[in-house]
Amino acid sequence: MTASTPGHHHPSNPILSLKDAALGFGERVLWNDLTLDVCAGEFLAVLGPNGSGKTSLLKTILGQQSLDSGTIRFDGHPVRRGDRRIGYIPQQKLIPGGTPMRGRDLVALGVNGHRFGLPVSRGAERRQVDNLLESVGASHYADEPVGNLSGGEQQRLRVGQALAGDPRMLLCDEPLLSLDLQHQRGVSELIDRRRREHGTPVVFVTHDVNPVLGMVDRILYLAGGQFREGTPDEVLRSDVLTELYGTPVEVLRTGGRVVVVGIPDSETHHHGHGEAGA
Amino acid sequence: MRAATLLAIGDDDLWSRMFNFENYGELLGLVQNSILAGAVLGIVGGLIGVFVMQRDMAFAVHGISELSFAGAAAALLFGMNVVAGSLAGALVAAIVIGILGSRARDRNSIIGVLMPFGLGLGILFLALYPGRSANKFGLLTGQIISVDDPQLGWLSAISLVVLVSLLLIWRPLSFDSLDADVAAARGVPTRFVSLAFMVLLGLIVAVSVQIIGALLVLALVVTPAAAALRLSASPILVPVLAMVFGFVSAVGGILLAIGGSLPISPYITTISFFIYLVARLVGLRARPRPGLR
Ligand SMILES: Nc1ncnc2c1ncn2[C@@H]1O[C@H](COP(=O)(O)OP(=O)(O)OP(=O)(O)O)[C@@H](O)[C@H]1O
Ligand SMILES: [Mg+2]
Repeated sequence: MTASTPGHHHPSNPILSLKDAALGFGERVLWNDLTLDVCAGEFLAVLGPNGSGKTSLLKTILGQQSLDSGTIRFDGHPVRRGDRRIGYIPQQKLIPGGTPMRGRDLVALGVNGHRFGLPVSRGAERRQVDNLLESVGASHYADEPVGNLSGGEQQRLRVGQALAGDPRMLLCDEPLLSLDLQHQRGVSELIDRRRREHGTPVVFVTHDVNPVLGMVDRILYLAGGQFREGTPDEVLRSDVLTELYGTPVEVLRTGGRVVVVGIPDSETHHHGHGEAGA
Repeated sequence: MRAATLLAIGDDDLWSRMFNFENYGELLGLVQNSILAGAVLGIVGGLIGVFVMQRDMAFAVHGISELSFAGAAAALLFGMNVVAGSLAGALVAAIVIGILGSRARDRNSIIGVLMPFGLGLGILFLALYPGRSANKFGLLTGQIISVDDPQLGWLSAISLVVLVSLLLIWRPLSFDSLDADVAAARGVPTRFVSLAFMVLLGLIVAVSVQIIGALLVLALVVTPAAAALRLSASPILVPVLAMVFGFVSAVGGILLAIGGSLPISPYITTISFFIYLVARLVGLRARPRPGLR
């Protein structure tokens, strides 16, 4: 299931590399001794219950949160805040109605939103925005006020925004949250296409692995201050997750879906469909 | 009978106190610098209001203006420059709110604590001040007519500086206002941008305090933008409308007020309120309920 793309990056050179990384808040350890390499073209899914430190992991990669110990390198150098080579899709917040912005303005922020100076777009920038809108299938609602768009439509725009500036890596924090199945597929395929066509590695935080099961190379499963890492077949197993959670957990595979049953109550996710989707 | 006559006289008197266009041309010449200051403030207040709305900072504006009032009152009492005092108070408040209140909830509690403290201090200084009472209340309810020319020049210059700075940080500020986390990830120096915004807000609030008074600053810094947002979601039309509404309120208010003997602020606040009302009505008819698709 590894990407078969040529990619313009050497696959054995990790783009992201964590060594013995540890992070905690107060008494609480989120993860410890985390060593992890992400190479070009790889799709890493990060799973785990609420509060297990998934978003914090992304914040560390973004240089917005420093490690308690260990190192984290991006492209061979320590991570830094505001590195434009990393595309970021945040844990979804709906944009409120009445925000004075159209769809295309949201994407344009990815292109030139960091630039000071009179807010006049150059022709080249406008064309780039048009191309991005086209590539995420958002052209037909590009001129609607963003606040009037549905969650799925907004999410496509955020993908377009994150792809602006040709990122070397994509970080996605639950980009499928609250989307219906069709939009889940649409958005995850957009992200996966970028990976396949450009070899851009993806770190994809999600509560439910099923919508991306066909794309995932490796899984990082966080829970209770510990983690397991490996291919889906290595991690999504009853014995592995039972050990990780410290209580009996069963992983069922039915019809191409993975269902995890028996996750302790306090740790099941809040938006489930009655099951804990891995 | 007597009562009716009295009432009629009262009415007539009331009317001429509110609106009086005798010798209007002459008066106009005298206050042209006030009109200029009001025009610039109206435009810049409308513009910065767009960000005040997006960043949910209406309450912060009110808090900053009360501390600006305290600074001005202190300056009055100690015989210093009132505009300088007003600026100092506003900037201190804006920076404290900017540094301590990056999250909305923290921010509101900090403002809630600062505001009565500032207002109380201001009242204390005014009570101790032995001078004319017109000056005293001017700080709370507006005093542009009594501001002298060099100071009016300063007020206009400060507004212009805010205008230009706002245009220069427009894009990063929009990004930060929409989604600070992503903006930071994409290379916006978010701390600098937020702090710069607070400083600009402090400056424009201090200018507004001089012109329409600490209690009424929101009429120029929030109402025009709020009205514009009822009418459009376009990133160009909203700021343009907000500036037009701010301009019309400020200049219209001053033009109506100069003949009468009342402060200008009620004219400005009334105009800006009516613009908002009309915008709401028009917006209701023009805009289908959000949530298409
Ligand atoms: N800056 C911080 N200071 C203190 N505690 C923090 C901070 N940031 C995160 N935490 C705590 O760390 C834990 C992990 O948070 P994080 O947001 O990474 O969880 P998550 O796995 O993304 O959860 P969710 O699935 O709900 O998004 C939480 O208990 C949170 O309260
Ligand atoms: Mg999270």
